[in-house]
Amino acid sequence: MNPSFDIKQYLIKKEPYYQAQTNEVVLYEAAYAARLPLMLKGPTGCGKSRFVEHMAWKLGKPLITVACNEDMTASDLVGRYLLDANGTRWLDGPLTLAARHGAICYLDEVVEARQDTTVVIHPLTDHRRTLPLDKKGELVAAHPDFQLVISYNPGYQSLMKDLKQSTKQRFAAMEFDYPTADLETAIVSKEAGIDAETAGRLVKIAEVARNLKGHGLDEGISTRLLVYAATLIKRGIAAPDACRMALVRPITDDADIRDTLDHAIDAVFVE
Amino acid sequence: MTVTAETRRKLSCNFARVQSVFDDCLAHAQMKLSDSGVSAYIEGAETICKMGRGEEPVLVFLEEMPLIASQIGEDVIAEVLEFTRKMARTPNSKAIPAFLQTLTAAARHLESRQMFSEYLQLVWQTMEQTSPIVQGMGTVYASECLPGFLNSVPFLLSQLSLGGLKNWVTYGVKGHPNDPDRQRDYFMLQSADSRAVLQRERHGTLMTDHQHKLDLYLRGLWDQEAMLVPYSLAFDHLRKPIPYLDDNGIHLPDVYDDTPNGILGINRYRALLAHVSAHQRWTTPIMADNFSPFQRLSIEVFEDARVEWLAMREYPGLGKLWRALHPVPQQVEHEEGTSYIRHRLTMLSRALLDPEHGYTHPTILKFAAQFHSLMAAGSTTTNAMVDLGVHFISESRHPGDSSAHVYFDGTEIDYRDDNRLMWRFFEDGDEEVYEERPRKTMPEDEDEEPRMPPRLYPEWDYMTQHYNPDWVSLYEHLHPSGDAAYIDQLLAKHSDLAKKLKKIIDLLKPQQKVRVRYQEEGSELDLDIALRSLIDFKSGAQPDPRINMSHKNDGRSIAVSLLLDLSASLGDVPEGCTQSKLELSQEGVSLMAWAVEQMGDSFAIGGFHSDTRHEVRYFHFKGYSERWGDEVKARLATMSAAFSTRMGAALRHAGHYLSHRQADKKLLLVLTDGEPADIDSKDPRHLIEDARIAVRELEQLGIYTYCINLDPKADAYVANIFGKRYTVIDNIQRLPERLPQLFMALTK
Repeated sequence: MNPSFDIKQYLIKKEPYYQAQTNEVVLYEAAYAARLPLMLKGPTGCGKSRFVEHMAWKLGKPLITVACNEDMTASDLVGRYLLDANGTRWLDGPLTLAARHGAICYLDEVVEARQDTTVVIHPLTDHRRTLPLDKKGELVAAHPDFQLVISYNPGYQSLMKDLKQSTKQRFAAMEFDYPTADLETAIVSKEAGIDAETAGRLVKIAEVARNLKGHGLDEGISTRLLVYAATLIKRGIAAPDACRMALVRPITDDADIRDTLDHAIDAVFVE
Repeated sequence: MTVTAETRRKLSCNFARVQSVFDDCLAHAQMKLSDSGVSAYIEGAETICKMGRGEEPVLVFLEEMPLIASQIGEDVIAEVLEFTRKMARTPNSKAIPAFLQTLTAAARHLESRQMFSEYLQLVWQTMEQTSPIVQGMGTVYASECLPGFLNSVPFLLSQLSLGGLKNWVTYGVKGHPNDPDRQRDYFMLQSADSRAVLQRERHGTLMTDHQHKLDLYLRGLWDQEAMLVPYSLAFDHLRKPIPYLDDNGIHLPDVYDDTPNGILGINRYRALLAHVSAHQRWTTPIMADNFSPFQRLSIEVFEDARVEWLAMREYPGLGKLWRALHPVPQQVEHEEGTSYIRHRLTMLSRALLDPEHGYTHPTILKFAAQFHSLMAAGSTTTNAMVDLGVHFISESRHPGDSSAHVYFDGTEIDYRDDNRLMWRFFEDGDEEVYEERPRKTMPEDEDEEPRMPPRLYPEWDYMTQHYNPDWVSLYEHLHPSGDAAYIDQLLAKHSDLAKKLKKIIDLLKPQQKVRVRYQEEGSELDLDIALRSLIDFKSGAQPDPRINMSHKNDGRSIAVSLLLDLSASLGDVPEGCTQSKLELSQEGVSLMAWAVEQMGDSFAIGGFHSDTRHEVRYFHFKGYSERWGDEVKARLATMSAAFSTRMGAALRHAGHYLSHRQADKKLLLVLTDGEPADIDSKDPRHLIEDARIAVRELEQLGIYTYCINLDPKADAYVANIFGKRYTVIDNIQRLPERLPQLFMALTK
């Protein structure tokens, strides 16, 4: 539609650091080879998005990411008419772009989108591999390289936020969790550039918080937050302060839990 | 000693015993007090002497006063004297010596002039409030509680702050107003509730206040769940209980004070839990029968140190905490005939925990080094500690060890448990378990119809500004059913009104989808607007960019609980009416229930009345998920009025259910005809204040409480309870009409 459009801008140039936990890279490659739509499940900040980036880089395909939210409508995915000087003009949405140009389309936190929005992806995710643009009267056949990946966090499931069965059953799924302690230590240490011992202690605190999940905490401390804390430490902040700022304060307002986590920090970091 | 001779002349008191001790007392006083203080002191003694209460008070005064005055100021002498004078004029003058006797303890614990005066006031108050009033005469009989109270004061002050003592006294005064015998027991610290209140008012970190934090601690840091069972340290003087772990959970002291070296009470609990958890994680039980008691003690020390070492590897910060709590036994000269085994083992324990122990005992040094090299090698077991323990005992043996006189100073490690789960015994009965075995459960009565157990609710006591815990027992019943047709008749009678309501309801009823136009961003293009904009654009005018529209759901998410006061007064027929308030309420509630059902909000109806705090009955008429059908109508049809209005507990109970509903707005409507009152509460303000606090609690739960009051004189108290959220319906006959209208106005 738009001749000046360049899909190359979505290519990932530099290798994003990703430490495989098990055989997920092989599984993904196999799924991509068959162009199976994929669903990535796992708690927040455990590396789902990073994994997709890494795979897109590895496969050398462009990656179009859409962060889903409640106000998102079908036209935000598919595209809409805009007005310009000569009348109206069609603008492809991210999903259409990906299907047309052969990118990996990654819908992050897909449960946040309303259910009537998510159904537009259905024709792309079965044998049809097409995307009908009703308003425009066009049927876009998906590019051979196109693949759809969605992610969601089963952790904060509620009555309102769940995928329809008809949506769920169109995807192959991979479950992610926080890495094991050793692995996570390596990840934090590599990402933030701190020594392995400090990283190990941060992971210890994260374990404490993850034990409290469901007892006043909705989510444990994510690997992402650990990296934040490690970054602060790297910049010369005292470790307990960095932990309080990056690990504890963001995840809870409950005084008792804050107190327990603060105590855990004192128990793990000794001046 | 000319001064003495002079002043002795001044002390005109003829008791022989007073004269015999006076010189010594005076010398003491002259050391502690200024000249003016000394003369006030002597005058005071004379005054007391002249009161004619015998020599006892004079002696006590002479002995105690210098110390007190030197501690909190000399002007205290005059105040004490004044107080004693006042007391001598009451029937309680016999208690004067006991009173004077308490002053030293009071001065020592309270430490300030201000607090000391408050203490005197408290004694006076206690005396007045516990003096029996017979036929309106309050000043004839002596208080029976006062001597007991004064005897308990030194102990109480060692446990409580002055504020706590005040609360303790207030509870005693109010708890048994008409029962002098029990009140006396209370003030002598003999009754169970007396000890319970003492326990609650104690200073320090109460386990119960921090249970949640401790649970989180166990779960978070140790991935464990355990029952925490508190025991009290306050009443066992001979044998202090030691924390222990058994099948019932972790038994730990009910209160910890902060330590002098700045460890908070909560962290002492954490230190204890960490130690116990470390045992649970790393200790394997071993057979005890093969070891002597000394060997077992020694093995325990090594095992304690081992699990702590392992725990510190995970949480290095624990070392700091434990080292701060672990006693530091000094090396002492050994006396003949004393056993230093505990002392030696505690030194060993310290040496194992703290690398900078500085001890020079060669055996301790040797074993500490052995222990550390063993631990550093990794993968240790409890059995490895057995070897160390047995060898330590044999190598450090001392002839005096088996002496009966044991050196105990500084050997108590109070954050460690008694290690009972570490040992297994061949024969049953060898365990050092003193607590009672679980009793056989009584066979249950099967005849009784199933009843819900009572729910216990606290009640606010505005006098003492705290909750009386588990004070009110609330029983919930299903309201008996009657004839549902009766309610249908009532509704038919108000069919005109129902039609009017229906119109309002239709207006209020949520329309499922609402179009939101004029949006810059939206789900669809709004063609009308878009065309208009386009035309504007083409004709060179500034186009309106808001050409999209979107949809939004207009859902009502309201949960309503209607709480009916079913106290006896509801049965009255108000002046100028033909129906009782009860019947009018029935009509109003039926109409409202019908209206709410039409609106589709989730809605519950409950009723309550009370017969003392031991029996508040809460009737279930309609649950949130029940439909407005015959069953509910049948229950409403038999609504009846009896007993009194203890509103606080009912509010808390209804709020408890409401807080568990998932809704954006939660509304608790209270329909009542009078102020909260009950026959066991003589102070009219008490239950009003409790209800006020209950409303505030509900507010914190996000529940909007609204009162509909049928008492024309309600303004005096209802604003106090509900703030501005109330309506008084003066014209009760219009209740059936007003009730649904009010509801709709509130939820519009």
